[in-house]
Amino acid sequence: MGFGPFLLLALMESAVTAATLALTAVGLSLVFGVMRVVNVAHGEFFMLGAVSAWFITTWVGGPAWFSFLVALAVAPLFVAALAALADRIVLKRLDYEPEATIVATIGLMYIFQQAALSFYGPQAMPVEPPFNFRIQLPWFGYSAYKLSVIAFATLVLIGVWLFLTRTRAGLVMRATQVDRETAQAFGIDVDRVYAGVFALGAGLAAIAAVLIVPIQQAHYLMGHDPLLLAFITVIVGGLGSLRGTIVAAIFIGLSDGLIAFFWSPTLAKIIATLLVALVLVFRPQGLFGARQQ
Amino acid sequence: MRNWILHLGTLALVAVLLVTLPPYHATNLARILVLVVFAIGYNLAFGYTGLLSLGHALFFAAGVYGAALPVTYLGLPQLPALIAGLAAGGVMAALVGLLALRTAGVSFMIVTLMFAQAGYLTLLYFNPVTGGDEGLVLPDAATLLPGLSADAARATIAFALFATALIAALVIVQSRLGRTMVAMRENEERSRMLGYNPFAVKLAALALSGLFSGAAGAAYALLFGYAGASFATIQYSILPMLWVLMGGAGTVLGPLIGTAAMFYLVDIAGSYTTATLLFVGVALVLLILFAPKGILGTIRERWLTWLP
Repeated sequence: MGFGPFLLLALMESAVTAATLALTAVGLSLVFGVMRVVNVAHGEFFMLGAVSAWFITTWVGGPAWFSFLVALAVAPLFVAALAALADRIVLKRLDYEPEATIVATIGLMYIFQQAALSFYGPQAMPVEPPFNFRIQLPWFGYSAYKLSVIAFATLVLIGVWLFLTRTRAGLVMRATQVDRETAQAFGIDVDRVYAGVFALGAGLAAIAAVLIVPIQQAHYLMGHDPLLLAFITVIVGGLGSLRGTIVAAIFIGLSDGLIAFFWSPTLAKIIATLLVALVLVFRPQGLFGARQQ
Repeated sequence: MRNWILHLGTLALVAVLLVTLPPYHATNLARILVLVVFAIGYNLAFGYTGLLSLGHALFFAAGVYGAALPVTYLGLPQLPALIAGLAAGGVMAALVGLLALRTAGVSFMIVTLMFAQAGYLTLLYFNPVTGGDEGLVLPDAATLLPGLSADAARATIAFALFATALIAALVIVQSRLGRTMVAMRENEERSRMLGYNPFAVKLAALALSGLFSGAAGAAYALLFGYAGASFATIQYSILPMLWVLMGGAGTVLGPLIGTAAMFYLVDIAGSYTTATLLFVGVALVLLILFAPKGILGTIRERWLTWLP
């Protein structure tokens, strides 16, 4: 295989990473933007999405496309409900005090990991992809499923954008983000908005996980890397800015994939983590974000 | 005066326990004492100065490798290596602080977390030198102090380090610097108005905290004969936070109480169930929800208001 096709393959692989990363990071960014909560357990919501997809496809059985569709519909709802519960039981009682919520979500992270380890086990298990044909390019065959992941993730992101800008619920969320107290004074039930945003953020991570699980197996520690990458993306994109987050997800997904493809994955991660630390120190509004007023 | 009686009395009690406990518990206690030094260091930054760091694993690992690399590759004797580890922890903390202390609050947590993660990945990247996940095996603890068995050498050095760290922490928090550190935690803006330099005070506190963490890391590697990249994982940043929260942030004896309580909680739970992570998670959530001041912090609030 020549360099050109090799680069094309690397780009396509990276585009899959970028698409799922965008979903995960937008979830994290929404939660931070509206609630000012840094959710360290976000990676575990991702992991729970993948693990519950495995359980659902195993229980439902039948043709692969059918059980996968059920998982894609049910797993994110389950994870979102769990997140809403965590918000009500833990975060709300802390009054969303930033440092306390970080400690609490670290605790939640361990609890979810242990739950997955106890009920699911330490092994990695695959989920059948819903369809299995390969698109034959002149140089190599490529999985059509991976391309559909990119398409579906794009559709979901457009849906989130329409939801935030064109519906009443989205308007209420944005109003709460701008000014929590004024929103409350106008009769918005801020507690419900927060629970909803936390559930939506977790649900997006879970959708990304269900999409990725036929490519990458489900494992109880799989939440670590998406969490780190999502953090990096949200910070580079500018905390709380959705447009910045998506631009950053594409940029980071592609560059991380390319560096990892041509050099070493570890080196790619070292560069990315240092970049984030330096961005936060020297350009806290993010590389693509506008300066906050 | 009663401060000194209380703290020297605690030291005497720990010494008696080390000598009289059966070997299994004495070794556990030596391990706990080294980790307490780490927690005391974390407490200087978090409890007294209000710097909630998620990167202390980096300072601990700097101590681990600051001691292990010269021992392995240069044949440095173990006791000087302890000093090398201590220095490595302090220097690393000062370097991270120079950049990270330009941020505060949540950004500070994430910046320190990212630096620690970069450090961990760097240890993995230089796998041939550091041993990466496999780690390096160091000389047996029996060679630490001539004439003493491995267990006795461990107990002696762990106790000496712990005693030094506890007294140093007591002196620091009662000193002028210690009081300024608390001022940063309580109201940074007002301290700035009063003419203090918050950046310099916080940098000093973080560097001191790094010295303690580095010493603990070096001692842990030398006493138990192992250095590995796993000491730089985020878990080693979260554990000291958990111990300090449990014992009481901003109290001198809190780290000892919290570390011992958590160590035995996990140890006892481990004999009934393998779900030990659950205890760490539940302890964190319950502490932050219902007892954010920790054991000793609550006691100080209710009864012993004079505790340092």
